[in-house]
Amino acid sequence: MLLLCGTHNMPAMAGQTLHILIIDNNRLRASIIEEGLSDGGRVRVTVLDETAQLLRRIVEIDPDVIFIDLENPNRDVLEHMFEVSRAVKRPIAMFVDQSDQASIEAAIDAGVSAYVVDGLKKERVRPILDTAISRFNAFERLKRELEEAKTQLADRKVIERAKTLLMQTRGLAEPEAYALLRKTAMNQNRRIAEIAESLVLAAGLLGGGEGK
Amino acid sequence: MTSSTCEVRAGFMPLVDCAPLVIARELGFAEQEGIELQLVRETSWATIRDRLAVSHLDVAHILAPMPVAANLALGPLQIRMLVPMALGTGANSVTVSRELWQGLSQYLDVADFDAVNALRALGRVVRKREAQSLPCLSLGVVHPYSAHHYELAYWLASASLIPGAAIDLVVIPPPLMPVALASGHIDGFCAGEPWGTVAATDGNGVILTTNSQIWQNSPEKVLGVREDWAETHGDGVSRLVRALYRSAEWCDAIGNQEELATILADDRYVGQKTEQIRPCLARRLKTADGELLPVEGFLNFASKAATFPWTSHALWFFSQMVRWGQVSFSQQGVEIARGTYRPDLYRAALEPLGIEIPSANAKVEGALKIETPAGSALGQLRLGPDTFFDGEVFDPDRLEAYLEGFKANDSL
Repeated sequence: MLLLCGTHNMPAMAGQTLHILIIDNNRLRASIIEEGLSDGGRVRVTVLDETAQLLRRIVEIDPDVIFIDLENPNRDVLEHMFEVSRAVKRPIAMFVDQSDQASIEAAIDAGVSAYVVDGLKKERVRPILDTAISRFNAFERLKRELEEAKTQLADRKVIERAKTLLMQTRGLAEPEAYALLRKTAMNQNRRIAEIAESLVLAAGLLGGGEGK
Repeated sequence: MTSSTCEVRAGFMPLVDCAPLVIARELGFAEQEGIELQLVRETSWATIRDRLAVSHLDVAHILAPMPVAANLALGPLQIRMLVPMALGTGANSVTVSRELWQGLSQYLDVADFDAVNALRALGRVVRKREAQSLPCLSLGVVHPYSAHHYELAYWLASASLIPGAAIDLVVIPPPLMPVALASGHIDGFCAGEPWGTVAATDGNGVILTTNSQIWQNSPEKVLGVREDWAETHGDGVSRLVRALYRSAEWCDAIGNQEELATILADDRYVGQKTEQIRPCLARRLKTADGELLPVEGFLNFASKAATFPWTSHALWFFSQMVRWGQVSFSQQGVEIARGTYRPDLYRAALEPLGIEIPSANAKVEGALKIETPAGSALGQLRLGPDTFFDGEVFDPDRLEAYLEGFKANDSL
């Protein structure tokens, strides 16, 4: 049963060499993965079977992808590394011996990019790795787009509020209020939404305001 | 009493405080509640969390801050957990290598686990090493989201031994700590029993202090339940909480210590000799002189409301997550942390038993200098002491002010 985690800077799919680290005490299984990955070409594989100084070794090896047995106690060490490196999320694939529908659904809900039920064969390793990475990238892109849409909406709201404030307190018309916000933003080299936010915040603190 | 049998798959780690789960299965407390308890031993905390996330497990013996971290979406997989009860307090120690002990003992008059003296000695060794341009000392903790990590960091930082600057903290799973210490990869570690005792018995380690010295009756493990499992299993959570409460009371009884040690020693559970497990259950630890010294309040399975999920514990963990940069402060984060621990579920499950249950959901941590009567269902509950070694208090309603208090110190 294996877990696969990409680390920092997941390389783009096409054309680049992946550096893959396999952490497994089971040499036989490690060699199946190694062969499976080498078949696909464009990979460099390092196998670690000792647990000593793992964190330091991973930092030195600096892999793109890590294969580790789900049962390996060093999962906690990896967890620490991810926290230290501050990288956001990574694709995870799980190879399990058997499973039921509920586990598969839960795995997908939890963000596992590929959940492979019928064990580990060498010819399947590379396609699964590719699937996990591409699914993860697609999902991350969707999430980023959603975040951006949300931010835009929030920006628009705060700009509206700031404009209303300026119109009320300084007796400006709407286009003038917007022009003032834009000019201030340009002068301070900041986003209009940021200027609008400071203005709304300041008005709140000074008790000025929206109510008047 | 119960309608139908409820199957529960529970994950646990090989530690003395997994006892309530083991005993609930072995001595039939689970069966009495109509629970068919399957126990799955795991080798790392991350795996327990991941197996919960992909529904291989329903509940788990888990580090008390981990469900809070999971609900704050820290960690690689998304999973929502709730905590209907705690699984005891204490049972952790800080153990150092023989070599480090040699240095520390020059500054220690007695080896009595006192946290204040131990810290002063450690501070002097660290400064001396700095003066000699020796590498940073490195201490093992069991997981980034563990009480061990936060308590150790709290203790060290109070003497300006800021983790990451004056001293390195590295993550190593508890069963591997004695080996890592023996091989010289770390200079010490903070972990739950029996691992401190194992290192002290094999001659490679010396127990320096205990977490109960750093924060008395501090939280340690909890029962983490998958939120979707709780929602779809009716009174399953209540039945499990009752079974584990009965089991925890059994584990706490002095007369049961020998039987408990024998059961835990089994290869399916902790898998260590009974001699390694007995001292912890007797609330004793081995000193540098080889004497077994009683440690006040070292471990509680049930007494002093040790199974109650205090929301102030969840909030203290959140404060330390913010303090050490694992998460940014937000009011939403406060609500998520508080909402993870569920005293309401604890009460719903245990009120029918007519036992002592605290009336409050939270308390000001560190305020009880001595054992003190506390508001409870029957009026007989006594809590505390719950002091921090530095005498500070944590008021969960003044979390931001509490965090503010660390800033000057930690930025040194």
